[in-house]
Amino acid sequence: MRRIISILMENAPGALSRVVGLFSQRGYNIETLTVAPTEDPTLSRLTLTTIGDDHKLEQITKHLNKLIDVVKLVDLSDGTHIERELMLVKVKATGAARAEIKRCADIFRGQVVDVTPNVYVVQLIGTSEKLDAFVQSLGEASIIEVVRSGVSGIARGEKILTI
Amino acid sequence: MLSGGDMLVRALHDQGVEHIFGYPGGAALHIYDSIFRQKEIQHVLVRHEQSAAHAADAYTRATGKVGTVLVTSGPGATNTITGIATAYMDSIAMVVLSAQVTSEKIGEDAFQETDMVGVSRPIVKHSFVITDPAEIPEIIRKAYYIAGTGRPGPVVIDIPKDKTDPSTQFPYEFPESVKIRSYNPAVRGHSGQVKKAVQLLLEAKRPVIYAGGGVVQGNASELLTTLARKLNYPVTNTLMGLGAYPGTDKQFLGMLGMHGTFEANTAMHHSDLILAVGARFDDRVTNTPSKFCPHAKVIHVDVDPASISKTVRADVPIVGAVDSVLGEMIGLLGSSKTKVDSDAIDAWWAQIEGWRERHGLYHSNRFDTSGDKLKPQEVVQMLHKVTKGNAYVCSDVGQHQMFAAQYYLFDKPRRWINSGGLGTMGFGLPAAMGVQLAFRDDCVVCITGEGSIQMCIQELSTLTQYHLPVKIICLNNQALGMVRQWQDMQYSSRYSESLYEESLPDFVKLMEAYGHVGMKVTKREELEQKMEECFAMKDRVVFMDIAVDPGEHVYPMLIAPNGSMRDMLLSKTERT
Repeated sequence: MRRIISILMENAPGALSRVVGLFSQRGYNIETLTVAPTEDPTLSRLTLTTIGDDHKLEQITKHLNKLIDVVKLVDLSDGTHIERELMLVKVKATGAARAEIKRCADIFRGQVVDVTPNVYVVQLIGTSEKLDAFVQSLGEASIIEVVRSGVSGIARGEKILTI
Repeated sequence: MLSGGDMLVRALHDQGVEHIFGYPGGAALHIYDSIFRQKEIQHVLVRHEQSAAHAADAYTRATGKVGTVLVTSGPGATNTITGIATAYMDSIAMVVLSAQVTSEKIGEDAFQETDMVGVSRPIVKHSFVITDPAEIPEIIRKAYYIAGTGRPGPVVIDIPKDKTDPSTQFPYEFPESVKIRSYNPAVRGHSGQVKKAVQLLLEAKRPVIYAGGGVVQGNASELLTTLARKLNYPVTNTLMGLGAYPGTDKQFLGMLGMHGTFEANTAMHHSDLILAVGARFDDRVTNTPSKFCPHAKVIHVDVDPASISKTVRADVPIVGAVDSVLGEMIGLLGSSKTKVDSDAIDAWWAQIEGWRERHGLYHSNRFDTSGDKLKPQEVVQMLHKVTKGNAYVCSDVGQHQMFAAQYYLFDKPRRWINSGGLGTMGFGLPAAMGVQLAFRDDCVVCITGEGSIQMCIQELSTLTQYHLPVKIICLNNQALGMVRQWQDMQYSSRYSESLYEESLPDFVKLMEAYGHVGMKVTKREELEQKMEECFAMKDRVVFMDIAVDPGEHVYPMLIAPNGSMRDMLLSKTERT
């Protein structure tokens, strides 16, 4: 089962390598990973998605919690939450395809953020499934390059992850 | 105002460090100069950095204080890796100070540069890099706090050379207390869970108390003993837990696991309740996890939540310091309305006594002494007799380790010093060195084989330099005994690279070359007298090269794969 783990950790050298190292060391998978400092510059917020059953997830969260640099973490998939991923897609845009790509981007509420005579860059924000669907609808032939940010997430309502 | 180097040494002193095991080199020289200019801390110059780590690790195991290692960058640092991994696997507190090339050279593949923090990352509890000399006192304080609390473990501090430069000085202040917002090790167990556990304990009909190294390191042996005696329940210890419960006590079933006793393993299998304290259900204990103790409910007390329900699901998990939880349990025993079912417990003991009589390690002769050749087991029994069971026994790894674990009955905690998790050959001699340094007047033994001893044998020179009169008992079977045993059992006795043939040194002459005493024992009749002579030489290092039967195997042995804990080989011809 896919899980989203959100981690508050010390914004310190080596902290990220400890988190990533734990996954490879213990044979866990990381599907996506995003990390950036928070409004408190001493803390970073790291969101990762992984796949595993309940037992594996319990072990992952216990071992993450043991890392000295990890201040707090939450498994967002335990409750209702919002998840978003950002994607930039560079596509061939010549002739009739130019209008078609623009229409397709509009349907998905994407924006064309760079234009040349031959190429569009489309920016799209949404859940991972929505991004997958957009890539599929464009078709392999027109895609030149895809960059995805990995998933970020936050719990709905009053629930917060803070120290 | 102090330089970084002086601050480091001063902070170690303020932290209570009395001994450092180390080896100098380029990047560490500012620190070594600071050591030279002080008197409080004694530095022990080892002959290889691996030994520094083992010695510091054993120092922690024996004293309960946190051992300290100081090495230079590059090879000095990487040589400690096996020692750090050994400590990590057995949850032993240790601080390793590794010097590093100067900050501006880091990343340039400078001479003797290694990314020590990176290399050691999977085998440390935490690591620090000194980026500002002013932080040194605080980082030292934090490092020892992290290493020694919660589930203990090794901590590395990487110190670039420029941070210890004598030409720049900083105000020094050692922090009174330490607080790390992301590190709050468990102290008390959840009282509701403890109550539930006590209720289950009292209702049990076939209970076993299964205690591990956490009881030794958590200073909870007395409490465990009190609890077990109040209940009159059988106790088994893991390899790491030996001494946590008195080895000569009638409630003690011996060690459990791969080479555990018949009675301990069988009792575990048939039990209806297991109280696991400071133990981690290691694969060398449980045998096939799906067949582990099919009738038992499990209460698991451990300071590390990640140990609980890792391989065996706990019915009552209790995260807490073992001493606090055991203390609370003892308190609740008196006030509980439920009383121990003494009829059931008597019947359980009768069953256990039956197992003891059939195949027990201590009641019947599990090894054959009718031949001429000395058996390793009888040497260990003699060692117990001659040292009156009071020695610190530091073991290497292999058959001799198992024989020592089985036959040297440890009545006190912190007396059995061995590499349980990692199984590091070469651990024994440097470990004995570390223990003897801490307890100069006590009897410290290194039990080893002719294979293991050669892995860190250079420390014989360190023993000379610091007058550390360790007694080395070498069970010499001319082969890598445990490898040979497996080759006998699984590879039709094809001894692939496990025999020394005629290549072993003359250990007696070797000892004499180092200024020590060497003895050779080949006959049963001379064993006791020679061993008495050995231990009478209180201020000398003595090496007993004892020729033992090369064909001897360690039994019992759990049958794997797919066996449960009651499936054991009992000798070369018998099985359960």
